[in-house]
Amino acid sequence: MPLNIDGCIEGSYQLIGGNFATAGEASTCLKLKLTELGVAETIIRRASIATFEAEMNVIIYAAAGWLHYYITPHGIKIRIEDMGPGIEDIELAMQEGFSTAPEWVRELGWGAGMGLPNMKKNSDLFKIDTVVGEGTTVEMVINIP
Amino acid sequence: MKLGDIINDVSLDVKTCNVCLDSVITGAYVSDLLSDVMANAKDGNVWITLQTHLNIVAVASLKGVKGIIIVNSRRVDEAVLKKAEEEGVAIMVTPLSAFEVAGKVYQLLK
Ligand SMILES: Nc1ncnc2c1ncn2[C@@H]1O[C@H](COP(=O)(O)OP(=O)(O)O)[C@@H](O)[C@H]1O
Ligand SMILES: [Mg+2]
Repeated sequence: MPLNIDGCIEGSYQLIGGNFATAGEASTCLKLKLTELGVAETIIRRASIATFEAEMNVIIYAAAGWLHYYITPHGIKIRIEDMGPGIEDIELAMQEGFSTAPEWVRELGWGAGMGLPNMKKNSDLFKIDTVVGEGTTVEMVINIP
Repeated sequence: MKLGDIINDVSLDVKTCNVCLDSVITGAYVSDLLSDVMANAKDGNVWITLQTHLNIVAVASLKGVKGIIIVNSRRVDEAVLKKAEEEGVAIMVTPLSAFEVAGKVYQLLK
């Protein structure tokens, strides 16, 4: 199927902290949009994994946040900004296996400390900005070759 | 091999998505950590786990996993089954342990 992207397509979803029941909805909507546009399966998979991990972090750690996406013929840009506690030590947080997730979140199978590494691995550009006590913004770009 | 071909050997009670049973499986991935599944499950894998809450459906659907085998006869909420049906993910419950399921699926695919 030929790519059916005319200019730039953008959209946003609101994320609410603690809302595990609807977790994944924003990522699923983005996935459907990319499928409609004819983006290749492998690219959609990377975008879905990266977005879902970012969405989960807002739900687990923050009070609320937004997911914004911008799709052009060359790539998918995803920005997730939250109002949350921020990250004290980004280098430590980026290490595979590091997690501050509470016990009840671990029982749900989250908190393996693989979310940020998964986002980085599945994106071509990964940027994280955080202010302790204010919030965190993650920006990812997944190229469409 | 198709997902439907392992039902008898693994004693699966198929709860959702009967059409999923036609999809080809290439292997299985055993994990109760959702990020681990997103990182390491391969296309066409069936996922063996004891997790039963709603998020497993989103993980499977976003990852392209067509079947989840829930071990030890764990009970799955109606809301989870409903979501799985909507998303096109087969939830299959077995009385066997993860070890036994993995062993059997491994033999079948060998
Ligand atoms: N949006 C966020 N706000 C505050 N802290 C965060 C956020 N995202 C990640 N963190 C911190 O970084 C750690 C590692 O995150 P991640 O790699 O996603 O693993 P996990 O979520 O499994 O702990 C988290 O345990 C948490 O301490
Ligand atoms: Mg995480």
